[in-house]
Amino acid sequence: MSEAAAASITPTRDMLRDAGLMAVVVFGLSFSLVGFKIEDVPGGLAILTRFDGVFFATALAFLGRIGVIMLREQRALPIAITALPTAVIILLLQLFAGDLDPERTYPFRSTVVNWSLFSVTLAMSLRAIWLTWHHGGAARSRDAREKAMDLVGAKVQDAARFIGPALLGFALILPFLPFADRRLLDIGILVLTYIMLGWGLNIVVGLAGLLDLGYVAFYAVGAYSYALLAQYFDLGFFLALPLAGILAAFAGILLGFPVLRLRGDYLAIVTLGFGEIIRIILLNWYTFTGGPDGISGIPRPTFFGLELSKRASDGGDTFHTFFGLTYSPIDRIIFLFYLILAMAMLTNLFTLRIRKLPIGRAWEALREDEIACRSLGMNPRNTKLTAFSIGAMFGGFGGSFFATRQGFISPESFTFIESAVILAIVVLGGMGSQLGVVFAAILLIGLPEFFRELQQYRMLAFGLAMVMIMVWRPSGLLAHREPTLRLHPPPGKGSVK
Amino acid sequence: MNAVMHDTGTQALLTVEHLTMQFGGLIAINDVSFEANPREITAIIGPNGAGKTTLFNCLTGFYKPTVGRLALHHPQRGRFLLERMEGYDIPAHAGVARTFQNIRLFPEMSVLENLILAQHNKLMRASGFTFAGLLGLPMYRDAEKKAIDLARYWLDHINLTERADWNAGNLPYGDQRRLEIARAMCTEPVLLCLDEPAAGLNPKESSELNQLLTYIRDEHGIGLLLIEHDMSVVMGISDHIVVLDYGRMISSGTPEFIRNDPAVISAYLGEEESDDDTDIPSGGV
Ligand SMILES: Nc1ncnc2c1ncn2[C@@H]1O[C@H](COP(=O)(O)OP(=O)(O)OP(=O)(O)O)[C@@H](O)[C@H]1O
Ligand SMILES: [Mg+2]
Repeated sequence: MSEAAAASITPTRDMLRDAGLMAVVVFGLSFSLVGFKIEDVPGGLAILTRFDGVFFATALAFLGRIGVIMLREQRALPIAITALPTAVIILLLQLFAGDLDPERTYPFRSTVVNWSLFSVTLAMSLRAIWLTWHHGGAARSRDAREKAMDLVGAKVQDAARFIGPALLGFALILPFLPFADRRLLDIGILVLTYIMLGWGLNIVVGLAGLLDLGYVAFYAVGAYSYALLAQYFDLGFFLALPLAGILAAFAGILLGFPVLRLRGDYLAIVTLGFGEIIRIILLNWYTFTGGPDGISGIPRPTFFGLELSKRASDGGDTFHTFFGLTYSPIDRIIFLFYLILAMAMLTNLFTLRIRKLPIGRAWEALREDEIACRSLGMNPRNTKLTAFSIGAMFGGFGGSFFATRQGFISPESFTFIESAVILAIVVLGGMGSQLGVVFAAILLIGLPEFFRELQQYRMLAFGLAMVMIMVWRPSGLLAHREPTLRLHPPPGKGSVK
Repeated sequence: MNAVMHDTGTQALLTVEHLTMQFGGLIAINDVSFEANPREITAIIGPNGAGKTTLFNCLTGFYKPTVGRLALHHPQRGRFLLERMEGYDIPAHAGVARTFQNIRLFPEMSVLENLILAQHNKLMRASGFTFAGLLGLPMYRDAEKKAIDLARYWLDHINLTERADWNAGNLPYGDQRRLEIARAMCTEPVLLCLDEPAAGLNPKESSELNQLLTYIRDEHGIGLLLIEHDMSVVMGISDHIVVLDYGRMISSGTPEFIRNDPAVISAYLGEEESDDDTDIPSGGV
């Protein structure tokens, strides 16, 4: 494709028309979305207009499109000449124009937009310079890129042996590092929760290949199971945890039965509906679940029966009095951090182990070819149901942890967007890749949480990341599959020099 | 398992009686009856669309026959009525394995894994339905070792031992065909159904295939059903031939008999006008 594109050069008229079309679309979108803003001013609401933003967005879309077309056709020199100064100007404006007018940043009102614009123009100019340098060098074909990325995946998987334990070691000492304040630990807990959920969903989506858009349902079942068990039966966290897991697994089987015959898009839609059904039940069964009011006062987990609070509710020992420590509110956070770390590691070890057992291999085989599975005497029904229920069980564990950490849950926490985020983590990381899930969770949860300004662009970034993955690397960042058992030692490892 | 019956004394491995398969108005198989014996290769031939693959799909539980009885006599386990069994129970209990006209391997999994997956039920039991396996009990480790040994045995016979850790999808076409046969054999069947195993093979690969199939017949003593268009393969190795045309069985007998049967010749000659690929059965050994 690239050779063909390189040979033919789009006439200027076509190029201008293409770019003009793009500009019209961007204008249409940004006119209403960016052009007007409702602001709270003293005495009511006012509509502000920001037509400069619309103008710049349209102009940039027009120029950017021309740049993309020309780059694709390897006419790099004009791009190199224009894009680089643009990048530099944007950078300078962002960095120094603030001194002129402290009210706003330049060229756009949002630093994130400015930085993204800068990176895009910089990337374009670097590419253009590279192309000018290696003049005539054809762009790498899609196949070659896939191969190269797979090699990267393989390398990373190879390195996972060191990266994995290194990350684990870092997580283990994190609470005691000097910069670990409460905020960082909270983010760590959040990231670990999503890592655990990602690993759980990975069983269903990555291994068994069943596209599940309703994973949050099991998270909700786990959370409500614990909250209700604690409320009605006074069960502690560690007693309720396995029960919550079993109930979630049961919900997984319940979902599994009707969707046994569905695959792909149809399966995705039904699971999506299932997630909504659970949420709506929780919302409407007022007498049992408290409906929209949710459930509050969910007991915190205890350290072998010792509470991690200032004063024990029953007047007995607490964690700090028992060990003769001074009370510090961060103890509880550290405890939660280690708890979710342990739960996540359990999920990970379980997945790694079960992948090498017949059932794990059967899940993968089912993903590859269900008809072949039948012809070998595998029971596809049972295989699918176990995948659904075990994936759901880990979702349920995660939900219980969520409930005990928050102390309060309501159906609002279990909307579709949660399912989408967890699925995004699995897909972005590379289906079936354990380490990929970790990186994707840090990228999608940790970073936006840490840099609050990014928060409002999170969905945008999500969408962008997804589109880019689908275009560049449909199998996910670190997708590379190692056989579950080998006849010969892997090349380069068994041999001793 | 209510399909198990007691041995009634018939020696045939497979007895097909009055099999009819109808899709709406189309009768893909029309009242076909034949027998297949252990230690024999029974070839099923016929022009395109004759209903050969449909017959296999009925035998292996992918379709439920409209009418008819498919009785399998398993030397150790007794008699099974295949038309009453769940699809995935047929390979698991009755010992019928098959390959597909369009190869169906697990392409992203390794060659060895493909062969291990064929022993799924056995390993599943040995892993205590996963619980013993999770704990790493020796019972499971022994079973896995045995499974690998069986896989290695077949890998040696299809010359893929060297490439056991390759992804199955990366193998050349001919090797994929043989791997699919090896995978079917790893289910330890008593009847092996092969749907056009020689399709797309070059003459050398084709003759290697002949050797593999006769080896399976002679050394493992199982029955083979072989759908094949390549007449050199069919005439060379089959013990018995069944000819289908438009869903009807038009002839059945030894290769010698089929070669000279005017009904068969006319069916193939009629076909010849529209389809040049098909060899005339008398075309040579
Ligand atoms: N699931 C189905 N639904 C409807 N018709 C079917 C179905 N399966 C097969 N048929 C029809 O049954 C007839 C026999 O098909 P079959 O695949 O058994 O032929 P075949 O003998 O294997 O041919 P070939 O040599 O081309 O593989 C064909 O007309 C086919 O269209
Ligand atoms: Mg066919």
